[in-house]
Amino acid sequence: MQDLINIFVKAIFVENMIFAYFLGMCSYLAVSKTVKTGVGLGIAVIFVLGITVPINYLLENYVLKEGALTWLDESFATVDLSFLSFIMFIAVIASMVQLVEMTVEKFAPALYNALGIFLPLIAVNCAILGGSLFMQERAYSNISEATVFGLGSGVGWFLAIVAIAAIREKIRYSNVPAPLRGLGITFVITGLMGLGFMAFMGIKL
Amino acid sequence: MKAIQNLMDSLRPQFEPGGKYHKFWPAYDAFYTFLFVPGHTTPARGAHIRDGIDLKRTMFTVIIALIPALLFGMYNAGYQHFKAADMLQTVTFWDMFLYGAGKIIPMLIVSYGVGLGIEFGMAVARGHQVNEGYLVTGMLIPLIMPIDLPLWMLAISVVFAVVIGKEVFGGTGMNILNPALTARVFAFFAYPSYMSGDKVWIGGMLRGEAVDGYSGATALGDLATTGTTQFSVMDMFIGFIPGSVGETSTLAILIGAAILLITGVGSWKIMLSGVIGALFMGILLNGISGYATTPEMQGFLSVPAWQHLIMGGFAFGIVFMATDPVSAAQTEKGKWIYGFLVGFFAILIRVLNPAYPEGIMLAILLMNVFAPLIDHYVVEANIRKRMKRMKLQTVKA
Repeated sequence: MQDLINIFVKAIFVENMIFAYFLGMCSYLAVSKTVKTGVGLGIAVIFVLGITVPINYLLENYVLKEGALTWLDESFATVDLSFLSFIMFIAVIASMVQLVEMTVEKFAPALYNALGIFLPLIAVNCAILGGSLFMQERAYSNISEATVFGLGSGVGWFLAIVAIAAIREKIRYSNVPAPLRGLGITFVITGLMGLGFMAFMGIKL
Repeated sequence: MKAIQNLMDSLRPQFEPGGKYHKFWPAYDAFYTFLFVPGHTTPARGAHIRDGIDLKRTMFTVIIALIPALLFGMYNAGYQHFKAADMLQTVTFWDMFLYGAGKIIPMLIVSYGVGLGIEFGMAVARGHQVNEGYLVTGMLIPLIMPIDLPLWMLAISVVFAVVIGKEVFGGTGMNILNPALTARVFAFFAYPSYMSGDKVWIGGMLRGEAVDGYSGATALGDLATTGTTQFSVMDMFIGFIPGSVGETSTLAILIGAAILLITGVGSWKIMLSGVIGALFMGILLNGISGYATTPEMQGFLSVPAWQHLIMGGFAFGIVFMATDPVSAAQTEKGKWIYGFLVGFFAILIRVLNPAYPEGIMLAILLMNVFAPLIDHYVVEANIRKRMKRMKLQTVKA
């Protein structure tokens, strides 16, 4: 239990997707103009990361890894399919996003309309693939660790996008020099926010 | 004063539109404002109130509040230097004070010179007024740096803080992070060997002017490595400990805090909730001290919560930096949340993060990042509350 909490907290603060790895920057920069859209996309990312990381974990451990296929037949012990992991992970992510989209459209049309284009866009968000690849690299020992890691990464990403969205709402009337308006100042803010998040670097849980 | 006013008045046409030096109008305007504005308040009787308080007065109040910490910092810098060199018996009070002043006044000059130079340059280039915001920042920056920081590093940090931290957002009042802390965090990550460790806090120790084997560790440095500290509570309260220039004396900072609170310039909500947050985290840490894996860690975890308030830069940060009206939360409820989290994270980082000996700087910067979000939700909650009330009334009607 304590391990799970550690992984969760670490994924949110210490190894924040945005401020520690600068993953998922494109939608983070594009959709952070208002807090409302930021929250929408953030929740969608939490959702998709929380689903795809455990699914990819199963894929990794029962199909792709060297010797993972032994549950089919002992003779597969030397088969290593990990060269396929990129394409498999992406396929899972894309299909999961489609599935989530259809489910949400069917059962919660209001939420579907609120999220709009952001939901399908998540398929190409590098934070999502990054989550799965980190899961592979760090070799979590069971599926609940992978799930918690996925959810934590999503929450960290969510925090980053709502924080910058609030800042961007606040500076909307600031007298920013003309060449820096828009994306330029957003990059500067992201860097400064990264300085704030340095607070958690080095915490060992 | 009259003579200066006459001089300024006679120069005025040169700077007004059409004048020879109109380009430098912001610089003239800044000097004029600095000396003579606002020149009017309401007379004793009157139906409406016109107060003399403006950005300049506010900033000056903060500077006055900083003076006890500055003077004590000068004295303590000399005291620590001569103590480390084992010369306390042979030097007088003035020797110590002058040693510190000789170190700190150049830092002040560099900080003000570089910072105000950029501000004036930007104001001239962009054609807006020079704001007084930098007066406080320029004073704060030397106070939160180690005494022996080379002046060119100080200058580069100031440039970073003023340009990237403030001017790109449009100047005073627009920045998202506290500029003084931006300077410090820049120096901290760019020149770690001059900003942390056991030798940087005492003047001359980096050059080997201390006696052999003298420990220059701060109270927090001690605690992180050994679990106990060599300093008494009284020393930590009065300030006879190594540390950044202005942060050591809780007493001097309390005098400053009193000035800020009486004049209403600093937010008492942020200070109070910050102290509550720190105490809360301190007590929480005391509670988990049984789980510590090493005796050092256990010693650090079981430090009484109230002692955290007088160690390191906590008092200075919560009084002078967290209350920065620009980068803190602006809503009244938001200030409670903001202050509490600053205190909470400061102690959390200080004790639980082995990478940093002190956490107040990064805690304030972190909460600066989240302050607009806190404000946003406080405002939203208020809107929702009032919508609900309105609906109730319409239903009744």
